[in-house]
Amino acid sequence: MAEIAEGGGGGHSKGKKRAKKGSTRVDMTPMVDLAFLLLTFFVLTSTFSKPKVMSLVYPAKVEDPTIVDAPKINNAVTFLLSEDKVFYYSGQYYPKSAPGPKGPTQLEETDFGPDGVRKFLAEGNKFVLIGKVELQKKLNSKQIQDSVYVNMLVDLKKKDKALKVLIKTDDKATCKNFIDLIDELKIAEIGVVAPVEIMASELELLKEKLK
Amino acid sequence: MPKIKMPKSSPSIDMTPMVDLAFLLVTFFMLAASFRSSEPVQVTTPTSVSDKIIPSNIIMVTIDKGGRVFFNMTNAEARRELLDNMAGKYQVGFNDKHKEEFGFMESFGCTMRELPGYIDLSSEERPKARTLGIPYDSTNNELKDWIYFGNLAALNTGKTLFEEAKKKGDNPNVVDFKPKFILRVDSQTLYVQAQSVIDVFRDLNLNNLNFVTSMEMPPKN
Repeated sequence: MAEIAEGGGGGHSKGKKRAKKGSTRVDMTPMVDLAFLLLTFFVLTSTFSKPKVMSLVYPAKVEDPTIVDAPKINNAVTFLLSEDKVFYYSGQYYPKSAPGPKGPTQLEETDFGPDGVRKFLAEGNKFVLIGKVELQKKLNSKQIQDSVYVNMLVDLKKKDKALKVLIKTDDKATCKNFIDLIDELKIAEIGVVAPVEIMASELELLKEKLK
Repeated sequence: MPKIKMPKSSPSIDMTPMVDLAFLLVTFFMLAASFRSSEPVQVTTPTSVSDKIIPSNIIMVTIDKGGRVFFNMTNAEARRELLDNMAGKYQVGFNDKHKEEFGFMESFGCTMRELPGYIDLSSEERPKARTLGIPYDSTNNELKDWIYFGNLAALNTGKTLFEEAKKKGDNPNVVDFKPKFILRVDSQTLYVQAQSVIDVFRDLNLNNLNFVTSMEMPPKN
């Protein structure tokens, strides 16, 4: 390839004879080969997606759990995770022995598809999502500052009308299921997320559903 | 009509610009590439839409598919301080070479008794050594001590780094220098196993945890 360059291109000099200068041209082919080999290697091996982190604040441990009653959370949804399956119920838990106004709690099954958890959460957390859009408008029109926006968003997510989520898992749920759910909650702008221990009666309910 | 004269040029092409470009790209990829470190375990992290990058001063606990637990933290100095504290508590002797080496080690997952022997292995042999992970059950909770002393050491080094940054007049944020706790879990790890490790953190009143995830495209609205 490159050898053909020998003597060419440089223009045919006039007949004048010169002392042989020794071609200054170096055969670059091997170097180019190597360069491209290395290039291919690095292109193929380099990973650009640096790992990211997702933070999650766990509720602080209490010394004696019997003293503190479960806080009355209004507008809460409880998710129950099992192996690649998601169930949920809204509001308070009513065991079979003490049914609430609508009878004992029933679990609803859902999935991680676009019409599953995401749609349900977007519907349930409309209050925050709409509020966020309004805040963003204000931010864009420079009515509020960046830090104010962040604080207001945090406050908004803590309001009574905002959806709160409890997550309970059985012993077959994988971390992937858990992270997927947390991810959906982030997408739906849910501020209050609490991974908590599953109750025995809930576990039974879950097992029944899985059958 | 004049005859079109084909220039009788040589087929040689000047390759210099191409070579320049090729080497430029090689250099770029070489510098940009982050090599997969020789971690003792390969973990496939779950995906999320989060775009927060891993902070600098961290204590990382890895849980693999089988539930083995590995410990790692940044900053060689903090690691040596940590090792001194741990050696004192568990009455395990480490020589200076061990301490030096420990500062640069990757994650490890072995008991305190096994640790000197594990450090003696070369970095190629370490992934092959089948260690059982750091114990974290109630009778022998070494993980709790690793995290506790690790946190103390990381706080100390974070403090000195903060002071240094302050002297330079960078107006640093204290929060950036505090140790962060990272959990690297495999997607197939059972959540109950992760939970027992999380409970170790919570026992130490460290409730703000970060999960390592790989990028996923956020949904389009």
